[in-house]
Amino acid sequence: MGFSDSYFARHFGITQQDLERYLGTALSLGGDFADLYFEYLQTTSLTLEESLIKSATQGTSLGVGVRVVAGDRTGYAYTDDLDPKRILEAARVAARIAQAQPATPVADLRIRRGHDLYPVEVPPSTVPLAQKVNLLIRANEAAFQFDPRVFLVQVSYVDSVKEMLVAASDGTLAWDTQPMVRLNVVVLAREAGGPPQRGYAGGGGRMGLEFFETRKTPEEFAREAARQAVVQLEAVEAPAGELTVVLGPGWPGILLHEAVGHGLEADFNRKGVSAFTGRIGQQVASPLVTVIDDGTIPHRRGSINIDDEGTPTSRTVLIENGILRGYLFDKLSARLMNATPTGNGRRESYQHPPIPRMTNTYMLAGDMDPEEIIRSVKWGLYCASFGGGQVDITSGNFVFSATECYLIEDGKLGRPVRGASLIGNGPSILHHVTMVGNDLQLDDGVGVCGKEGQHVPVGVGLPTVRLDRITVGGTVR
Amino acid sequence: MSEHHVELAQDVVKMAVAEGASAAECVVAEGWEFSVIVRMRAVERLKEAGSKGVGLRVLLGQRSASAYTSDWSREGLRELVRRALEAARFTSEDSAAGLPDPEELGCVDQDLGLFSPDVLQLSVDEKIAWARRAEEAALAYDSRIANSEGAEFTSHTGVHAFANSLGFAAGYRTSSVGLSVMPVAREGDSMERDYWYDNKRKLSALESPEEIGKRAAERAVRRLHPRKVKTERVPVVFEARVARSLISHLFEAINGEAVYKQASFLAGRLGQRVASTAVTVVDDATLPGLLGSAPFDDEGVRTRRTVVIEQGVLTSYLLNSYTARKLGLKTTGNANRGLAGNPGVGHGNLFVLPGQHSPDDIIRSVERGLLITELIGFGVNIVTGDYSRGAAGYWIEKGELAYPVSGVTVSGNLKDILMAIEAVGNDLEFRTSVACPTLLVGAMMVAGR
Repeated sequence: MGFSDSYFARHFGITQQDLERYLGTALSLGGDFADLYFEYLQTTSLTLEESLIKSATQGTSLGVGVRVVAGDRTGYAYTDDLDPKRILEAARVAARIAQAQPATPVADLRIRRGHDLYPVEVPPSTVPLAQKVNLLIRANEAAFQFDPRVFLVQVSYVDSVKEMLVAASDGTLAWDTQPMVRLNVVVLAREAGGPPQRGYAGGGGRMGLEFFETRKTPEEFAREAARQAVVQLEAVEAPAGELTVVLGPGWPGILLHEAVGHGLEADFNRKGVSAFTGRIGQQVASPLVTVIDDGTIPHRRGSINIDDEGTPTSRTVLIENGILRGYLFDKLSARLMNATPTGNGRRESYQHPPIPRMTNTYMLAGDMDPEEIIRSVKWGLYCASFGGGQVDITSGNFVFSATECYLIEDGKLGRPVRGASLIGNGPSILHHVTMVGNDLQLDDGVGVCGKEGQHVPVGVGLPTVRLDRITVGGTVR
Repeated sequence: MSEHHVELAQDVVKMAVAEGASAAECVVAEGWEFSVIVRMRAVERLKEAGSKGVGLRVLLGQRSASAYTSDWSREGLRELVRRALEAARFTSEDSAAGLPDPEELGCVDQDLGLFSPDVLQLSVDEKIAWARRAEEAALAYDSRIANSEGAEFTSHTGVHAFANSLGFAAGYRTSSVGLSVMPVAREGDSMERDYWYDNKRKLSALESPEEIGKRAAERAVRRLHPRKVKTERVPVVFEARVARSLISHLFEAINGEAVYKQASFLAGRLGQRVASTAVTVVDDATLPGLLGSAPFDDEGVRTRRTVVIEQGVLTSYLLNSYTARKLGLKTTGNANRGLAGNPGVGHGNLFVLPGQHSPDDIIRSVERGLLITELIGFGVNIVTGDYSRGAAGYWIEKGELAYPVSGVTVSGNLKDILMAIEAVGNDLEFRTSVACPTLLVGAMMVAGR
């Protein structure tokens, strides 16, 4: 496929000469590097509530961002108009960061191919709305059928197709079509006259609507949300203090995202503000722990064929048998730290410069039977599902909030307990991993990661893991 | 300057009605943003750009749907109308759907000071200088401030216009500026960061860069060598900066959307005691110069002052016209929307009225307890009120700050926390649209060692 086959060439008449001219203007005052990021995004969203389809929205956005890098300084401008005059104006604004050095030459653009992780057969943007509406109705019915105590079901559906194109002064020319679908179900349940409890499930990935036939059906998401809400009706207060905690497989991998992932993003380490700064080669986790960031898993929510700087994504070993091995790089940090970009330069949209971000972050499986891990705990907590998390990368302290937990008493799962936050310190918490299950699971495709005000889709994964000690923020001793 | 945007909104509404919409409303927004980050005394990132968008919501009888675009060409707008009307064929008849009652429409009849020319007049060099001064003040404060995540100066100007098929059409200009700095303190193997910030509609109202830098540095240094305390139930003081978050949770609980779905721990509690008598909470979008002010809400309804909690009694929810119909109440002028979807519910300036006590007096009144200066995580369940978040701050021993604390959680239930507020500080300050003075909560579970 040549450049003339790319979306922006076909639909907006962009030529390679145009791109070279814009890059030339961006580097007209000097600088080390410049890039252009074109984006055309089509989204559809639907919501269902009280068994009514209450809203349907179709949206489009279009724009281009221009970045100029000089040393460790970045100039950034964007426009939502592809008129060459407006793009050149944005390029001149971004160029000001370089401050009147002689102009820097632009390398000849050469097409760079990425992976083919999510071939799009039927883009969600071309599927009739009626088919999408049907997914919400199916989820709604399944949630109500699950249990008579269910009294409110909210279903939301979002799909998008993003066409992106990157051209950079280092010669990078790359483009991608990035589909995404996602369905979320929130269920409220209550005993007659009692207080309500909430359950949540959702998922999706870089696919068309076939996700909901081949991967996980709307009914499965709905029953999972309803099950969680009903379980919570029995929940007792959570314990407070340091406990042994067993994390279930899948989404509890958010532990890794918060405890180590952010602290290993190269920008924080380049600036020396991460609790992991200067610790490559050191033991930062139990020898049972190997943590990977992998943007190349087909159809996953956190996967991308190329990152938002045009670098193909890769599988990066962050921690190997407990030893800190590597950071996650974008082009800027890689250049300043004399490393190779790992394909982790990502951005929320054309309105934002790329920064180092995770893709799919997970721990490799161990050899323990998950049942055996639970049986090994005399008194503790089993956490099956989590909400969000957050980290202070400088102190290393992080929290993540459990939404479905059970007491473990004498090696058996006991009563469910109410939601509680778990708090730990990134560089030390994984030393307390004493058992790793053989049941690695990736999450269902719900993750959204926020950093510097930019939100990008990510994935996480975890086998069943025993943590010998972590502080649990319950309400009873 | 907003006339052009108002006309555009009116045109889009007319096009939608001409194409068959029984009612329509349109938001037109255009904005210009600038930001600069200065880190370790050098410019690290400079960003400058403008963007625009049109959002259209149509009704076909009782069915509603919407579309948005950044393409303002005739062709782009025709496509916008077509897509909104197409989507409306797939939504359900909803008896509560519709535009507001015509008599609710209107604008606050006074200048709210939403736009200040001093924001436009500032040069790029001056903006860089503001960030530079703030970071310099932080770096110079103490030798233990050895690093920095930088200082950021932001400015934003915008135009917001709205029109609907009931004949409402109006617009206004806005401006805002912000300055924040995040220094990193280090001593031995202890490394801690903190930040201080301010946001205002006009530059002349912004706290000085020197003050912001110094306060950030002071805070970061004080956090060095924190301890993890033992797990126990103790009184907890929420410093004003973090007390705000409790009011944000309260907002979610009085948001009409959560209330009509019974998805809030405050659903069905109107007229009842829900907080200590020390607590009065007001939402007011008509306070001149504040970031949460606006002359009309995102359905064209006149904004106002609403007392939400009066001396502990829940006196009003915050509602748009849809949630008001669902609850058999009247809108409070709190419709809030971006470009997409049905209007949601937002707040204006939401704040707790200040009390009599200085923050120092409040701390002095605590024999043993925790002063919280930072909260992290999302462990708040608005359906049940369950609350569990990560915290950092200082241990209070005999009314004095004894040592910094981190790595702990603070938990309870918002129902109990609101009732247990024993003192409200006199230190109310508006740095964002949610504001709260220092609060003393009688007892919460602090989990640590």
